[in-house]
Amino acid sequence: MSTAKGQVLERRNAARKILDALADDALIVASVGTPTGDVAAAKERNLNFYLRGAMGCASSVALGLALAQPERRVLNFVGDAELLMTAGSLATIAVMRPKNLAVVVLDNEAYGETGMQKAATGYGVDIAGIAKASGFPVTATARTESDLAKAVESIHGGQGPVLIVVKVRQEKPDRVALPYDGVWIKNRFREALLGEDGII
Amino acid sequence: MTDWRDDIHKIFTENDIQQVSYVPDAGHARVIDLCREDNRMNAVPMTTEMEGIGLACGAWLGGQKAVILMQSSGVGNCINALSLPAVCQFPLLMLVAMRGEFGEGQRWQMPMGHAVRPSLEAMGVVCYDVKHAADVRPVLENAITYAFQGHNRVALLLSQQLIGAKKFTK
Repeated sequence: MSTAKGQVLERRNAARKILDALADDALIVASVGTPTGDVAAAKERNLNFYLRGAMGCASSVALGLALAQPERRVLNFVGDAELLMTAGSLATIAVMRPKNLAVVVLDNEAYGETGMQKAATGYGVDIAGIAKASGFPVTATARTESDLAKAVESIHGGQGPVLIVVKVRQEKPDRVALPYDGVWIKNRFREALLGEDGII
Repeated sequence: MTDWRDDIHKIFTENDIQQVSYVPDAGHARVIDLCREDNRMNAVPMTTEMEGIGLACGAWLGGQKAVILMQSSGVGNCINALSLPAVCQFPLLMLVAMRGEFGEGQRWQMPMGHAVRPSLEAMGVVCYDVKHAADVRPVLENAITYAFQGHNRVALLLSQQLIGAKKFTK
């Protein structure tokens, strides 16, 4: 199994460490591909919204949600190639400056769903650097357990927008059985967040 | 009668539209200014129109209504993203300022101008042409109902007949 440069983390374990500290009322948006499974394996719950397609849209969904729910923490779990597809969304997030939004990039430096082809971060592109230059007040790259422990605090409590890159191994964890029914995923999220008014 | 551009912003406020994302077009300039000045709504400047689709779905997840403003050329940037509101049945409302259409002289605007309606319709977005100022209010109000109560994806195509064709000289 190939590994990215430096010490890198096991992705399911990293996601679990982040989500162990999750506030009950926090909102999660997870992108297509392995991040969806990473989140679901650690903490499947009604306030998780999973994109099972529409690559490149997850960070924008998270921003729209963070603007609509400024009192709630919003966590956005995305793959590295997913986020770079709409790298401009980092500029948009930086412009809007939502204090409650944290973007967590599970960066395996590859397209994990399609045969582990090397992605831009594998050639040295630095997503935390892009976020920092865009104006995110809190950015970091976690390669070790101690980096991750520090990052967990920023993810849940740092004044956003926060962006944390978590460097993870190139691995294909077991699939987590999750529905592909987008209407169901949307409705259960809205019902959990908005109550009866959510189902209209 | 109110200027139709002012009316668009007024209809947004009457219908509790709280997020307005945009990539500018001259045809939307007045509406963008009015939305930016209005503290009842978040005006979101985007780097690409594709972001607007995700933003609108995220707003709805959080209990808010959003509208996306773009030029016709931006429609092409949204196509795969439209899978998200299609699969999840998110309401979606786009206001498209047309180019490459009535009275256009700029050839580079033509391909996307011609493709706006067929490409949006191929992704399940219902398109309404708006050619006259008097139609702006009734069409927009009905589109809001159709989108946010009917859970449809809707685009208003604001014609150059309404906006005026941009003039180019040699």
